[in-house]
Amino acid sequence: MKTESSHHELSAKRLLCPMPVIKTQDKIKTLKPGDTLTVTCTDPGVLNDIPAWCRINGHEVLAKQENENDIQIKILVR
Amino acid sequence: MLATKVIMEQGIHVEGINFFTGFCVEGHTHAIRKNEKQKEKRNNALWVAEQLGIKLHIIDVIEEYKDVLLNPKHGYGQYMNPCLDCKIFMVNKAQAWAWMEENNFDFIITGEVMGQRPKSQRKATMPIIARESGSEDRLLRPLCAKHLPETLPEREGWVDRDKLHAFHGRNRKPQIALAEQFGFTDFAQPAGGCCFLTDESYSDKLVDLWKGRGTREYELDDIMLLKVGRHLRPAKNYKVIISREEGETNFLKGYRSEFFTMQTLPHTGPIALIDGETTQEDLRVAASLVARYGQGRHSDNVDVELRAPDGSLSILHVQPLKPEQVPKSWYI
Repeated sequence: MKTESSHHELSAKRLLCPMPVIKTQDKIKTLKPGDTLTVTCTDPGVLNDIPAWCRINGHEVLAKQENENDIQIKILVR
Repeated sequence: MLATKVIMEQGIHVEGINFFTGFCVEGHTHAIRKNEKQKEKRNNALWVAEQLGIKLHIIDVIEEYKDVLLNPKHGYGQYMNPCLDCKIFMVNKAQAWAWMEENNFDFIITGEVMGQRPKSQRKATMPIIARESGSEDRLLRPLCAKHLPETLPEREGWVDRDKLHAFHGRNRKPQIALAEQFGFTDFAQPAGGCCFLTDESYSDKLVDLWKGRGTREYELDDIMLLKVGRHLRPAKNYKVIISREEGETNFLKGYRSEFFTMQTLPHTGPIALIDGETTQEDLRVAASLVARYGQGRHSDNVDVELRAPDGSLSILHVQPLKPEQVPKSWYI
């Protein structure tokens, strides 16, 4: 039976790397392939670290957006 | 990086584990301080994993690590670094060993080199790590294996001992030569600098935090704040953390709902966070101290805005302290 993909949100605001990466990693463990996750952060280090973590673990970064007060990264779980 | 590559060269599947204790230097100060914004903010563990083409699992051990720091069986190094207990902790049955078993791996490798560190990487202490962690002969150190007894993976023929190394001491030339052999042109060189607990200034601030509070309990925010700003303790009952630049100011603003904060008016100076129970007189002293670091430091009087955790504001009209009025003993 095919299950529908779903979108999830995660706030990692005020956390400094590698905590946003750890939170992302732990959240993705609970998701299924095809799901998407948007992580909202304030540490600019995530712009390198979360995509690096996604590359080595086979997930895909769909979008990175730098806003005035935060950064959002949307990930497709593989 | 080298130890992993040595084992991968033998056709063995390796995955990385990186433990986050809260004291890791990785990126934090770079992330906070605006004048370091131009520096590349790469996480070395992730970067190394990507270069090697292996998976990396980052594990939050902040809570579990407290007991290692507070009650190190083998004591501290030069500062507050419990290096030997730390290594035992990381490869013990609750951490790397447990991960190994849960994920069907056969043994653990580390990049330790005998004689490279005065506390935890000596000939006498390396067997202690294997024994007290419970990892015993499933703990392999590929870079100095030839100085150590054969381990299970060597005896079983999973790993060819002849292709392991006999590095020893603080000289890193053999490692650099091996890196060149593998084609690595860029690699992390932590030289003991990857943990804040090996830093004298940070260790002093940590001990002061414990003394000031009368307890050695701490939370992640406590140890993060030790990495930021000037720390001064005008009295036993409180200390003042003063930002040194815009990035630190922005970071400390994130704590305004938890601490009393101060900022000179108009808002062009540093922000200060007051940690502890204070009297009105303490707050006036703190305000004079904060004014000493603001743009109005040469004025006769300065207005300092005091913000309570509930957001209520009041103004303290104070005379900025002169540099000679700030006792050296206040600096932590």
